Amino acid sequence: MASIRLSVPKTAMKGEIIELKALIQHPMESGYRRGSRGEQIPRNIITRFECVYDDEVVFSADFHPAIAADPFLTFYTRAVRSGTLAFRWTDQHGEMWSDTASLTVT
Amino acid sequence: MPDHSAQPEKTFSRRALIRLGAGSVLIAATPLPAFATPDDVKAAQQELFGSRVIREGRVTLKLPAIAENGYSVPFSVDIDSPMTEEDHVRQIAIFSPRNPIANVARFQFGPRAGRAAVATRIRLGGTQAVQAVAEMNDGSLWSGSAQTVVTLAACVVL
Amino acid sequence: MIRLSPALAVAALIAACSPSPAQTAGTDLAAADLRSGYTFLTAETQAMQDDSFANPGYLWVDRGAVLFESRAGDAPSCASCHGEGLTGIAASYPAIDETSGDLLNLEGRINQCRIRHQNLSALDYENDDLLALTAFIANQSAGMPVSVSIDGAATAHYRNGRDYFFTRRGQFNLSCHQCHDENTGKRLRGDTISQGHGNGFPAYRLEWQTLGSLQRRIRDCDAGVRAEPNAFGDPTYIDLELYLSSRASGLDMESPAVRR
Repeated sequence: MASIRLSVPKTAMKGEIIELKALIQHPMESGYRRGSRGEQIPRNIITRFECVYDDEVVFSADFHPAIAADPFLTFYTRAVRSGTLAFRWTDQHGEMWSDTASLTVT
Repeated sequence: MPDHSAQPEKTFSRRALIRLGAGSVLIAATPLPAFATPDDVKAAQQELFGSRVIREGRVTLKLPAIAENGYSVPFSVDIDSPMTEEDHVRQIAIFSPRNPIANVARFQFGPRAGRAAVATRIRLGGTQAVQAVAEMNDGSLWSGSAQTVVTLAACVVL
Repeated sequence: MIRLSPALAVAALIAACSPSPAQTAGTDLAAADLRSGYTFLTAETQAMQDDSFANPGYLWVDRGAVLFESRAGDAPSCASCHGEGLTGIAASYPAIDETSGDLLNLEGRINQCRIRHQNLSALDYENDDLLALTAFIANQSAGMPVSVSIDGAATAHYRNGRDYFFTRRGQFNLSCHQCHDENTGKRLRGDTISQGHGNGFPAYRLEWQTLGSLQRRIRDCDAGVRAEPNAFGDPTYIDLELYLSSRASGLDMESPAVRR
């Protein structure tokens, strides 16, 4: 189970632009490295990230091997109503990790 | 007993010997994928945006002047846009003219984003100017770039 | 070209190979001159360490906190004995284990607890769980000064570790002392040579693209001077860790640090 860290404010005013941070443990193996015997280490990367809030994907990203290991993202969204923010990562094999955080909007 | 391969008569300074030794080892050990060229960046941009005109401006990229290590370089992009329903950024694509492949990442926004800005950490295969192209909801394209120097680690471990 | 007679050449060769009395009796860094590896980083990398969210090392600290509380099968959890936490403990390691008389570093101590009190097997170095537990426990000493004992049974280990630090090795024929005492602040390619303290370990090293132990770092140093690294957990390396900790006395623990 990959370690995930989320930074979401607990509360926000309606209409306020809030800063969100997401960090997930993943080697993001580029596919360009070689092992100790010269063998090419196969690519193994997260390819897609989505943040779902209030039934809508409010931010998403497509990753290529140039995204550093343990991918880190800071992005923004407008606080519209209280609810759950879902953060989803999918890798090239279709494996998925996700976590959620609650936001109270006043 | 440590290996002492240099003969006493040689006048090489210690520093020169280290540079020589480490340098040649680096060349032998580094796998050499073909690196991207600025043409590959153009091709990647055309694949995404067709042959629409790309104007410079509105896009600010931030990279450190010197990247401590090419494996993880802090990077941020901020696009000047009110992010309203009528006027917002749809997506931004990041390109490298020197990594093995030109595409670095693509970020999708929308009016709910509030701010078209992202920060992350990227890998850079050498000193270069990273480029970004933003697509607005009216289809217009804007670009920006930032230069960084990527240094080599001191002690290369095989 | 300097031309030496064969006899002189051989003498020079032997003199260069063996540590001279001056080296092993060399002076250690003065306490006032101690500088953490943190001070040799660029501003951006320092910011990455300081930001407890952006610092990827905390992924392991978080995981370690979970492992600390959890039970593996019937085994008691770490928390069942150490419920009040292990604040300050990591700052005193490596330390002599009273029961066995061995010098143990933090990884060795965790493994010994697993075997002796939890009926679990030891974890290999760089195993993700061991890194997580080490990071969690070391982080509980963050901000506290490194403070190890080199008295009693530890003295011989300290001396052995110190000898290692001052001995030339590898194809480059360099000792730790030469780079990390005599040439700190100078450049080696793009890097500025630090004093080589271990107060930030386990650390997230950008070069490794992951968190790793001080043992791994020491092995990389040996490989860096083109010496055959010893195995992970080699007793000489544990002795070296004790010397390094003593040498860094007073510096704040920083794990999980970010390093190049």
